[in-house]
Amino acid sequence: MRDLTRHRLFWPVLALVLLLAVNAIATPTFLQVRMQDGHLYGSLVDIARNGAPVLLVALGMTLVIATRGIDLSVGAIAAIAGAVACVHIAGSPDPASAGTAITAITLALAVCILLGLWNGFLVSVLGIQPIIATLVLMTAGRGLAMLVTGGQITTVNNAFFKALGAGYFLTLPIAILVSLAVLAITGLITRRTALGMLVEAVGINPEASRLAGVRSRTIIWTVYVFSAFCAGLAGLMIAANTSAADANNAGLWIELDAILAVVIGGTSLAGGRFSLMGTLVAALFIQTLSTTIPTIGIPSETNYLFKAVVVIAVCLLQSPKARAAVWRRSNRSSLVKAGRA
Amino acid sequence: MTTATASDVSGRSFVDRLKGYSPPSQVLPVLATFALLVGMFGVGSIRYEGFASPQVVLNLFVDNAFLIVLAVGMTFVILTGGIDLSVGSVVALSTMIAASTLRAGWPPTMAVLAVLVTGTTLGLAMGLVIHYFEVQPFIATLAGMFLARGLCYLISVESIPIKDETFQSLSAASITLPGELYVTPTVLISLLVVAIAAWVLHMTRFGRTVYAVGGSESSAMLMGLAVARVKVGVYAISGFCSSLGGLLFALYMLSGYSLHAVGMELDAIAAVVIGGTLLTGGYGLVIGSLLGVLVLGTIQTFISFDGTLSSWWTKISIGVLLLVFVVLQRFFTRREVS
Repeated sequence: MRDLTRHRLFWPVLALVLLLAVNAIATPTFLQVRMQDGHLYGSLVDIARNGAPVLLVALGMTLVIATRGIDLSVGAIAAIAGAVACVHIAGSPDPASAGTAITAITLALAVCILLGLWNGFLVSVLGIQPIIATLVLMTAGRGLAMLVTGGQITTVNNAFFKALGAGYFLTLPIAILVSLAVLAITGLITRRTALGMLVEAVGINPEASRLAGVRSRTIIWTVYVFSAFCAGLAGLMIAANTSAADANNAGLWIELDAILAVVIGGTSLAGGRFSLMGTLVAALFIQTLSTTIPTIGIPSETNYLFKAVVVIAVCLLQSPKARAAVWRRSNRSSLVKAGRA
Repeated sequence: MTTATASDVSGRSFVDRLKGYSPPSQVLPVLATFALLVGMFGVGSIRYEGFASPQVVLNLFVDNAFLIVLAVGMTFVILTGGIDLSVGSVVALSTMIAASTLRAGWPPTMAVLAVLVTGTTLGLAMGLVIHYFEVQPFIATLAGMFLARGLCYLISVESIPIKDETFQSLSAASITLPGELYVTPTVLISLLVVAIAAWVLHMTRFGRTVYAVGGSESSAMLMGLAVARVKVGVYAISGFCSSLGGLLFALYMLSGYSLHAVGMELDAIAAVVIGGTLLTGGYGLVIGSLLGVLVLGTIQTFISFDGTLSSWWTKISIGVLLLVFVVLQRFFTRREVS
């Protein structure tokens, strides 16, 4: 039992299970999953499908945070990806064909990788603080997305492109399958090779790992490219789901949800430790939270309030100082104020 | 070694010394920002008719009074090496509290007081969490940002107009200057805030400790400075400035709305960085942040004068400027270290 509560996934999973239980009590049909027209339907499937973009962005963010960085530009990159894909499809001679959809997706992802290279260059070569380096693209990115769309909401009509966000494959939504595939590949590459350990080493001390023969600069550069790739894929899903590119609102505040997911999942913001499964559970938790709030009769706009409470709670749980303060009080051993150490 | 340096100095002629003169390094980035501002105005006045009129300059202050106040608060936080992401949300919350309390029939002074107390308390709470629980400023203020937006929605989802007579007359008021120029009372408030902030930073013990903490927190601690008071204090100051900025914004918009000031924290951070304050802390002037806000305002003016440029160029050019200044900062500090 003690080992169970100490497992790093224990608290996120417990929170998710509790939240699902609340939902199941509030709406008895919540846990039902039914087959209809060969697709799976139900609240759980909806949660997984709507949570797919956040999960993807959070996956990239997990690796960035593990190197003690942060990527604020993911929302803007998502908007750019959607804009590039939709403008390409709308401007092509054959806007409904599968070939157009594939070239659009490839083009959008290529642009995102370029943006990731840019972020990585600022952080790893010029040595600018990650929060500021990515702030540049966060500020300018939405402007660039609007430049691409000409300030309008570009709508497209392409069944193949739409499938990425709203389609089904083998009864399951494609969005879920894509994000789970990215999760699986990332897990394999980081945990079955030494790459994950190297990422953590760079997060603990970039200089020491460089001296130990780890190519810190390349690793840091790579995680930013990966983060931008994930953000781009998420942006494509968002655009495909609505068949439109909205440069202003696509992926708005997704960076905050993603950071929240990473932190709840047990990845330390101080770097050097990451948990992809934790991120998965936490991303589902956040999506369930946004779904729960309207279901139990609270206006959905207040979900920021709940997120704030969750962030504060998680940070205090992770903070050694806060833990020490609670521990001391329960032991009544000293009257030392918290934080005076 | 000391004697060698001394003889070097005494051996230099007056002309040599004049050649070797450079302004104090503290002022250098601010001068660069000022030069940029003057340069932009020069280009603007050549390209567009009527750009160089004094009223255009004054309008920069009128339209950005709230941002000046926000940037002042942000300067304090960034000088200690922190960051405050909650300012935009606190502005929105302030407009909401002002609008809803006035609608409920509170006297304007009470409404103003309620707004300022809420903002300062929120800032104070974030500061306490950051210092005593050692939570990163970035994540603690992120929680503050969510909290303030959530509270906005809790008050009302709809926009609330401000119909109070005092607020309306203040909003319409203008102070005439010689030469048919005018400014609004909000401009005076924002300039007063800049003056007080400059005084606090340079003439008080608190201000010197702010620079010391930004330079090196552990050294400041070992010197016996009141690190805790300053680290918590700067977030309280930033909270106060955000709520005051929110009041000015409420006067500018005459409404309270949950979606006011989305992303304004980025503008404030950009203004501070463009104003030459080092993001790692310990280095920068509040007057630089004022100039930074004016540069952002000039970009807006440029785009509205041009007419053919679309609004998104504002964001792109702010991003580019931010990049240039951050990269310059980087080379500047690197040279100093080596």
